[in-house]
Amino acid sequence: MSSVPSRSQSRLAPQYSWRESLTQWFTEWGDVVVDAVTTLGDMAIFAGRMFVWMFTAKPCKGTILPNFYHVGVLSLPVVALTGTFIGMVLAVTSIGQFRTIGMESKLGAVINYSLVRELGPVLAATMLAGRVGSAMAAVLGTMRVTEQIDALISMGANPIHYLVVPRFLACILLIPALTVMADFMGIVGGYFYSVVMLGIDHYQYLNNSRQFVGGFDFFSGIFKSFFFGGTIAVVSCYRGFHCQAGAEGVGRAATAAFVFSFVLILGLDLMLSIFLDAVYTSFWPHGAKLF
Amino acid sequence: MTNVDELATDIARARPVAKPLIELRNMTLQFAKQTILSNINLTIPRGQTVAIIGESGCGKTMLLKSVVGLMTPTEGAMLYDGVDIHSLGDVEMTKLRCKFGFVFQNAALFDSMTIGQNVAFPVVQHNLANGRSIDRMVIEGLAEVGLPEIVLHKRPSQLSGGMRKRVGIARALILQPDLMLYDEPTTGLDPIMSDVINELMLRTRLKGKVTSLIVTHDMRTARKVADRVVMLYPHSRLARSENQVIYDGPPEGLDTTKDKRVRQFVEGEAGERLMELQRSSLSGFEETPRLSDTYRA
Repeated sequence: MSSVPSRSQSRLAPQYSWRESLTQWFTEWGDVVVDAVTTLGDMAIFAGRMFVWMFTAKPCKGTILPNFYHVGVLSLPVVALTGTFIGMVLAVTSIGQFRTIGMESKLGAVINYSLVRELGPVLAATMLAGRVGSAMAAVLGTMRVTEQIDALISMGANPIHYLVVPRFLACILLIPALTVMADFMGIVGGYFYSVVMLGIDHYQYLNNSRQFVGGFDFFSGIFKSFFFGGTIAVVSCYRGFHCQAGAEGVGRAATAAFVFSFVLILGLDLMLSIFLDAVYTSFWPHGAKLF
Repeated sequence: MTNVDELATDIARARPVAKPLIELRNMTLQFAKQTILSNINLTIPRGQTVAIIGESGCGKTMLLKSVVGLMTPTEGAMLYDGVDIHSLGDVEMTKLRCKFGFVFQNAALFDSMTIGQNVAFPVVQHNLANGRSIDRMVIEGLAEVGLPEIVLHKRPSQLSGGMRKRVGIARALILQPDLMLYDEPTTGLDPIMSDVINELMLRTRLKGKVTSLIVTHDMRTARKVADRVVMLYPHSRLARSENQVIYDGPPEGLDTTKDKRVRQFVEGEAGERLMELQRSSLSGFEETPRLSDTYRA
């Protein structure tokens, strides 16, 4: 019998010892970690260059208004609609539990507190990342692939100054407005469903809300939204600038922009919530308690 | 040495030597351990038109992008009028780029702008004119490349490939640059439109003392427009210590050169190249998965 392996055998994966497999596993994960750290470092440098341009030169003519319109005006309807639904959904899902313990009147406080503190800013940021962030990555990616960014540079325009700074300003300055809209529409939606559909007392609903949802809660939501807006702009523009060639590259950049922004938004949300809670407790140790 | 020879040498010494506009010194460019350009030395005097030819992937476009600072060489220097451009800061580089005009392979017009805004972009960006004078410059620029005023308000997607390329030339010329760089200006165009582009390049050169660098595969363009032809050979296929520039001379010399590789390229003959390609693709066959497996996946 011939000792030469057949063609199909030669295609089989080689057999590794456990030591080789372990080394390979560490190598692969090492590559992943190195890639992640490199990307984060690269993104930090990108953000640093953007801040330098933002504070040292006026934004380019004609780039501010279109970006503000795209980020702010065109995002308002979708943020308002999803905000309304979220308010209603909170009422639908919470009413059962609150009825069991006989505290339906406190429903308004829970809905409005969740909305103003967490759901409003996160929802507005998610909508912005999905609607605007992906589009930014796709537009800048296409510009990269079709050499439009190279053309900008060759004509003496800095692409970070020309393309990234206006997008960053639009995101960071308009996301608070979108958050206010999400909060407001969520509150309206929650009120409508609770009072009109579920028949909870109008006075109790509003009075409890007023008692437990304060200015600091509203402020903390708005404060967080600035970070979310900045993150969306930096991540999306970075992904667009570092887009791989071809249609698939642009698609990947758009997807990566949304996924990475969303993960960072949730991570930031956790950290900022812990920070803001610590701030609140140190200033108002006997603040309002729901139960 | 006779007296006449001595006199001639003295005169030659006394004559001021014109500083070259572009000088590439030992320029090497690498990407992920792959060498694209290796030790390129090239001197281009002011006013000369140089065509850079060579196979796809030999680094012609990379060379062109290095000249305007879009790529940073791994080693070596690129001097523009005696100044190493890669040592310049952002502000100086921006000023210097006003002297360059770059025509990209697919024109690279900005999709979000109209044709008028595209052509006016360099002027607006550097605040060199305003209002009516910008309009006039744009209309004149478009007329120079044979485009009517009617295209002013159109978008790049509404124009044909040849028209887009002409808009790209108008945009590159609007600041009256000292150095024009063309990346495959006639690729993808019909023969008549190719000749229109060639004529435009010739006219640009004759109009002012513009130095031009043209990357092209089109031998008609090289012969018609260039004073000098430089042929690059892919680094991966060079013999050790061999220069990557395998031809540097007048276009007429391309027909009489003894280098077989240059003649093959000029005449467009595959020759042994086809066999080479087949051999190299077959050598990797055992290691690569079958195409049918890939389709199934």
